[in-house]
Amino acid sequence: MKVSEQQSRLSVFKTYKLYVGGKFPRSESGRVYEVTDPKGGRWLANAPLSSRKDARDAVVAARKAVPGWSGATAYNRGQVLYRVAEMLEGRREQFAREVAEAEGLSKSRAAAAVDAAVDRWVWYAGWTDKIAQIAGGANPVAGPFFNLSTPEPTGVVAVLAPQESSLLGLVSVLAPVIATGNAAVVVAAERSPLPALSFGEVLASSDVPAGVVNILSGRTAELAAPLAAHQDVNGLDLTGAAADLAVDLEVSAADTLKRVRRPAPAPEDWTADPGTGRLTAWLETKTVWHPIGV
Amino acid sequence: MVYRYARRYAGLVTMSSVVPAYGPDAPGRLAGLADVTASDAALRRFLHGLPGVDAVGLEARAAGLGTRSIKTTAKAYAIDLAISMIDLTTLEGSDTPGKVRALCAKGRRPDPTDPGTPHVAAICVYPDMVAVAREALGEDSGISVASVATAFPAGRVARPVKLADTADAVAAGADEIDMVIDRGAFLSGRYMEVFEEIRAVKQACVRPGGPEGGTAAHLKVIFENGELSTYDNIRRCSWLAMLAGADFIKTSTGKVAVNATPPNTLLMLEAVRDFRDAVGVQVGVKPAGGIRTSKDAIKYLVMVNETLGDDWLSPDWFRFGASSLLNDLLMQRQKLSTGRYSGPDYVTVD
Repeated sequence: MKVSEQQSRLSVFKTYKLYVGGKFPRSESGRVYEVTDPKGGRWLANAPLSSRKDARDAVVAARKAVPGWSGATAYNRGQVLYRVAEMLEGRREQFAREVAEAEGLSKSRAAAAVDAAVDRWVWYAGWTDKIAQIAGGANPVAGPFFNLSTPEPTGVVAVLAPQESSLLGLVSVLAPVIATGNAAVVVAAERSPLPALSFGEVLASSDVPAGVVNILSGRTAELAAPLAAHQDVNGLDLTGAAADLAVDLEVSAADTLKRVRRPAPAPEDWTADPGTGRLTAWLETKTVWHPIGV
Repeated sequence: MVYRYARRYAGLVTMSSVVPAYGPDAPGRLAGLADVTASDAALRRFLHGLPGVDAVGLEARAAGLGTRSIKTTAKAYAIDLAISMIDLTTLEGSDTPGKVRALCAKGRRPDPTDPGTPHVAAICVYPDMVAVAREALGEDSGISVASVATAFPAGRVARPVKLADTADAVAAGADEIDMVIDRGAFLSGRYMEVFEEIRAVKQACVRPGGPEGGTAAHLKVIFENGELSTYDNIRRCSWLAMLAGADFIKTSTGKVAVNATPPNTLLMLEAVRDFRDAVGVQVGVKPAGGIRTSKDAIKYLVMVNETLGDDWLSPDWFRFGASSLLNDLLMQRQKLSTGRYSGPDYVTVD
């Protein structure tokens, strides 16, 4: 191709949209905000600036998805999550470019972050049918009973994704929520939401049922407040909230007795072994007593 | 449009004032139009003489009215008004007396955490549950008992059975009767048969002797718009029912695929408006089926206000046939009063 022909090719800009209830709507408010390169300040794209009504709609979609997803077998959830990793693997180059732009990383470091994200997802996919053995079990009791504890999903969890790691961080907070059978409403990193919005496309082309994951972009503080106060949200992951905002949100969430996961005091190392803490944060323990037969 | 008919028949009726369809003067007003209902041929001529419906215009108008933004105090007013207009309905084969009693309790006090919540307009049940609902509501609740009758929802039984069904519900204490028309007769052009049937059912709504002797249960006539196929048919059916003495006209049973839609309800609202202009009798409208969200309900209220005005913005003249709508209205009401979004965990499971 000659140089003149290359120059005549007009680039096709991507309209980034929300991912809510398995669909890709614009913000109900019609608002967008400019997303820029953190290094040069170059304009990258317009992202939807979600309103509290988008948050409400996302919660409705998530609630609708809870019975099906939490009722699916753990094995089936593992298969679906593994499928997500497959789809993500197939779009590594796109995500490497987006992560490089979003976080101002070199190509090789961005590619490494995407690979780590795929691996992290596979790791959590494997946990779906194993967490019950870790978090539950048979309890010895002083009586002729089988006493069994089993972990069950909390329900709808609102997740404030970490601000500094746009894909690996997102995957690290989202995967444990849905691996355990919850439905998630995710508020993407405020200044670098594009990889998260593209991740919605990966989820849509996997077998994740509509509404299990809902991804919003916009001002974290604006979206977090209605989610924290929402009576139909059962858990709140404050990972991406600044310290003072996190306190306000926790106070607000206390009114409806939500499970709250506080942000780490120091910046988290997303490449480190995550452990099972994020899995067990969104589980409720159900204990049943059953009489032992003769 | 229909004002032409108003002029043509203006000489026949005295238009001194508007009277309610269930008032003592309504039959006299309708008698002024006796010539159009004198024979099958005259009735057909009249109904087919009604102007055709501009379907595109109707749908555009209904969609346009659905775009109004109703917020803050206006929204609070609309939500309370909508709650007070609900015919809280349970029409399932599996209805039990316990379920009907629970529904009555909910109708009286939709949100027990907020005594300022208005009660619903009526409880709508099958005829055999009327007595249960009547007893559960008591005498002073201000809530009516509505009963579907005439072999709801199909209406495919002989007329004596329909009349017995109606009389039975009235005797059991129903304040309102929701009858279904014979769609088979209407669609095959036997308008007079439909007309006479509505009249006969209206007669059956009259309470037998006793303290309330002579008074009658209000009659709502269900068209089942989804089965009438065309907008023209809905307009004809509206006039037919109003000429026959319907107190309310109702879109549908809620038992078929297409129920109340904004266009077909708008069409009925226009028919009611034109009927009042022509005859001087005010008839109510009840959309039923498929109205599940506060947003939808408010769209209907906007339509009523813009088409008919204040006169119809009361539970006496406009009703919603609904069951799940009430929960959504209550959640919206809670959102307005507390500022935080509510959830289905905070309303009853019906």
